[in-house]
Parts: sequence; C-alpha cells; structure tokens
Amino acid sequence: MNNEKFSTFELTKLAHARSGDKGDTANVGLIALRDEFYPVLVREVTAEKVKEHFGAIVKGEVERFELPNLGALNFLLHESLGGGGTLSLMTDAQGKTFSTALLRMKIKLSENEARDLGLA
Amino acid sequence: MKQKIRVAGGQGFWGDLLSAPIDQVRGGQIDYLMLDYLAEVTMSIMQKQRARNPEAGFARDFVSLMKEILPDCVEKDIKVLSNAGGVNVEGCAEAVKQVANELGLSGKVKIGVVTGDDVLPRLQEFLDSGIEINSMDTGEPLADILDKVQSANVYLGAEPLVEALGKGAQIIVGGRLTDTGLTLAPLMHEFGWSFENWDQVATGTIAGHIIECGAQCSGGNCQFEWQSIPEMENVGFPIIEAYPDGEFVVTKHDNTGGRINIPSIKEQLLYEMGDPHEYITPDVVADFTTIRLKDDGENRVRVYGIKGKPKTDFYKVSIAYSAGWKSVGTLVYSYPDAFEKAKAADRILRARLEKLGLKFDTILTEFVGWSSTHGHLAGEPPKDIPEIQLRVGVRGQSRDDVERFTKEIAPLILTGPPAVTGFAGGRPKVEEIMAYFPALIPKNLIETKVEIIEA
Repeated sequence: MNNEKFSTFELTKLAHARSGDKGDTANVGLIALRDEFYPVLVREVTAEKVKEHFGAIVKGEVERFELPNLGALNFLLHESLGGGGTLSLMTDAQGKTFSTALLRMKIKLSENEARDLGLA
Repeated sequence: MKQKIRVAGGQGFWGDLLSAPIDQVRGGQIDYLMLDYLAEVTMSIMQKQRARNPEAGFARDFVSLMKEILPDCVEKDIKVLSNAGGVNVEGCAEAVKQVANELGLSGKVKIGVVTGDDVLPRLQEFLDSGIEINSMDTGEPLADILDKVQSANVYLGAEPLVEALGKGAQIIVGGRLTDTGLTLAPLMHEFGWSFENWDQVATGTIAGHIIECGAQCSGGNCQFEWQSIPEMENVGFPIIEAYPDGEFVVTKHDNTGGRINIPSIKEQLLYEMGDPHEYITPDVVADFTTIRLKDDGENRVRVYGIKGKPKTDFYKVSIAYSAGWKSVGTLVYSYPDAFEKAKAADRILRARLEKLGLKFDTILTEFVGWSSTHGHLAGEPPKDIPEIQLRVGVRGQSRDDVERFTKEIAPLILTGPPAVTGFAGGRPKVEEIMAYFPALIPKNLIETKVEIIEA
C-alpha cells in the first residue's frame, strides 16, 4: 500500500510569521496563510523539529504554544540571542529575522494531501 | 457615557516617526493619543543623563511634540498619555507646563503626573527587610549586582492613569508605565469599567498590545503580502475604536498608507509573545487564545471575545546594571573570493588579539551579506559572491581591552587580505553595556502618586 509519493514544501508556502525577543529568548509566531493549513502546521512543525531546524543557533529548549483561534503557533527559542538585549553582539540581537529563518524550514506532504490543500 | 472612543497610537518606541503623532491628531477624529517612549535600556540611559544634568532624564522629543500639537489637543479636547517622563517625571511635566504657558494656554491645561515607579533608592531597604529579589531569567540574587545597578523601575499599570483622567488631566506623563496601560486607561475611564472585571481589563490590555508598536500592526514589518501594501511613505498609525460592550475595532485615518487586515493584526498579536494563555501585566493576566478577529471592512478589524484572569500580587521591576564593555568593527571585502578574504581577515585579527593577551567574555564574527541573520541555514555562499562585510564584535569586563580591539580593525586594511574598504567611519566606538535584570516585587511595597499641575 505504501507507494504514496511525497513532495517537499517550504513553510513560506503555508505560513507567514513575526518574531521578537524577550531577553535571551526569541519568539516566533507562525501563522497559517489559510485556515486549512493550520492543522498541517500543528502536525508537522513540532517543537522538536524546530529545535532540529535551528540547530546550533538555539542553545536552549524550544517551547511551542497553540493558538487555534488565530490559526497560529508560538515558538519560544531559549538561549538563542547571544545573551539578549544589550549583552548580545549579534546583528540581530532582537531576533527580528528568526521569523524568516523558521519559514525556510521544509515539510513533507503526501501528494494527495498537497493536492487537497491546493499546494500542488 | 460615550458610546465610542478612539485611542490613537502615536509612537512605537523612542525614535519612531516624529510626524506620526502629529498626523494622528490632525488627520481625523481621535479622543486619546498614547505615546510609548521607553524601551528596557532607555531608563538607564536617562539615569546617566540625569546624573550629569539634574534637569535631564526624560524624553525631550515629547516636549518638542507638545509644542507642536498642544493647541490642537486643547481645541479638540484630545487627551495625551505617555511614559515620556523617564527617570525625571516632574521635570518632564514642568517642561510641558512651560510649553503650555509659552503657547498662551495658561489656565487651559491640566497635567497629570504619575510617580512611584522609581525604586532605585529603595533597593537596599527591600533587601534589608528580607525581601527576595531574584532575576526572572537566571535566578541570580539582586545582592550580586547591587553595586552595579544604574536604574530600577517597576512597571506601573493603568490605575494611576485612570485616577489622573478622573481628576481632569489632559496630558499625562509618567515614568515606567506599561505600554498597554496607556491604551487601557482611557477605556476604563470612559466606560466606567471595573478593575475587577478581568475580561474588560484584558480587552483594553490587548487593544494596547496591538497599537503599542505603532505602525507594526498597520503594514510596517508585515510579511503578509508586503509587496502590495500601499503607500508606506504615508503609513497610517493605528487607532483603537472601542465600544462599552467590550469590543473594539483596529483602524487608521482615511487617506493614509499601510494596511490593516486580519493577517497584519495576527502578526502584531504574536509579537514578543510568551505563553499566550498568560500575558501578564500589572492590571490583569490576559488570555490570547480567546481573541476573536473579524473583518470589519477596508482597513478595519474587529476584535472581541477576550477573556482575562485576576492580576498577580507582583509588579515586574526592571533593573539595569553596568555589565562591562563592548565594541563592534566592520570591513567590506570585494570579489573575487570575497568570503575567503573575510574569513582570512577574521583569522588574522583573532590571532593578533590573542597575541596581545586581550581578555574578552565573547568574540563574535558574522559575515553580513551572507549569514549574519540566518547563520548556517544560509548554507555556503556562491563562489562569485560580489562582496561580504566582515563584522566582529567583542564584549568583556576590561574597558582597556575592548578599546585596544577597536585599534586592531583599521590595520587590517594594509596588513591583511586585499580589496578591502568600508572603514571611513574611523575606529569603532566602545560602549558600556547596560544589562537588564528583570525581577518580581510584591505590589504592596509600591505606592504610586498622582498629582495634577496646572499650566
């Protein structure tokens, strides 16, 4: 049975995002572009996968919160801003571009699902 | 009771568009103008300014702005709420009073002065009486950094602002007032809402969260279809149109640029969000998972359904302390082999710093134009990349060592890889680091004071 074909999609096709800082923690709000994409984000963009995606950029844990009312997920990326605030030497000490760094992440969807979602 | 009030956001941070609050006052009808001037580090900068000059220590931009718009505000009965007072609230209020007198508005302007946020002189007393004050981030006790503290202010909520409005204040200045309280207070005051009705307090708080970053909810920094957002050069700052039943609409003046729609509001709602179930302010614990949004026409989004929970017994106190020195230097390398040249220069620089025996807590190298924002996610740069900016930063406890670092950048021009430029600004500057120590402090220790002075 399992001869289903899969395709890869960058999150830019399914979501938009905004990020900011709280001390040494970056937050990324990931918002589904359409209501029907939200369950896909919940299933595919887990805290573990986000931690893996960012790799060495995030030294601490990744926490995830669900906001079904907004079709959005909020991620907290702990210890990712070089000390945060005025301590940080990073160009992006406020984590403003972490939004687009998350949108680079790729997810795999079956061709059937992608077609149903209007992505293929 | 009014059936509708309009609260306009005029300033998302100290340094935001100077024309925005003027446009908010003149571009259409509003009842209130809220202006946020304080970032976490601002208080320590102001504290230093005041140490040099006892009359300084507040946002002078606010006083210049009042010179421009006070006559409009008086004529149209627009009330202004701001935290421009910084660490010298009385001085700020006095400067506004002087402006009112100079403009011939004597007898027409009541200024509300909200104080009690500054706890710098009381920290030792708190520790002596056995109150535990520990960093919310690291758990470190305050005693460890007490001798390096530069400023300490609790975040005050909307209650003293409502008191000032009740006493007829037209212009309110305070110090470390929460951004959200500046929007919540007019709603509480006009609609007679109770500070015990958590859903109402949460509603006004979330309205405040939406407009506290100015145009960041009306098209600025908006990823959703950013290419088609019209006329950003004439961007309209946001306005909360609030109703007594607990719903509000986010909108902007007609004939302005930018865009307010559900995606732009969602992006701002998630900005700097922690646990969405528990958005804690001095006034309430708001639940962002209860927010409902509805399209209400062009550049109008209706917000409703918001739930809140009782406020906590603590104020957040923001303590700034001196934590060493830092400096950042840059050089630009061109094709061919731009990336290789920048990496070689970084290697040479680091070896020289080590040979000099300089001590730093951190050295950070970034390659601007390739990976300074997305790091390794950017992959390897193409061989023919046209140029790269090498950006090296150091941080440490010794000012001399950081100072010496700044003198090692320019020599790379004649003693490192070729085709390098971008040093016209001279040696990089050394900056003192003001680190931020957030903690909680029992509310019953803090007394806020509201005074009315008349111009």
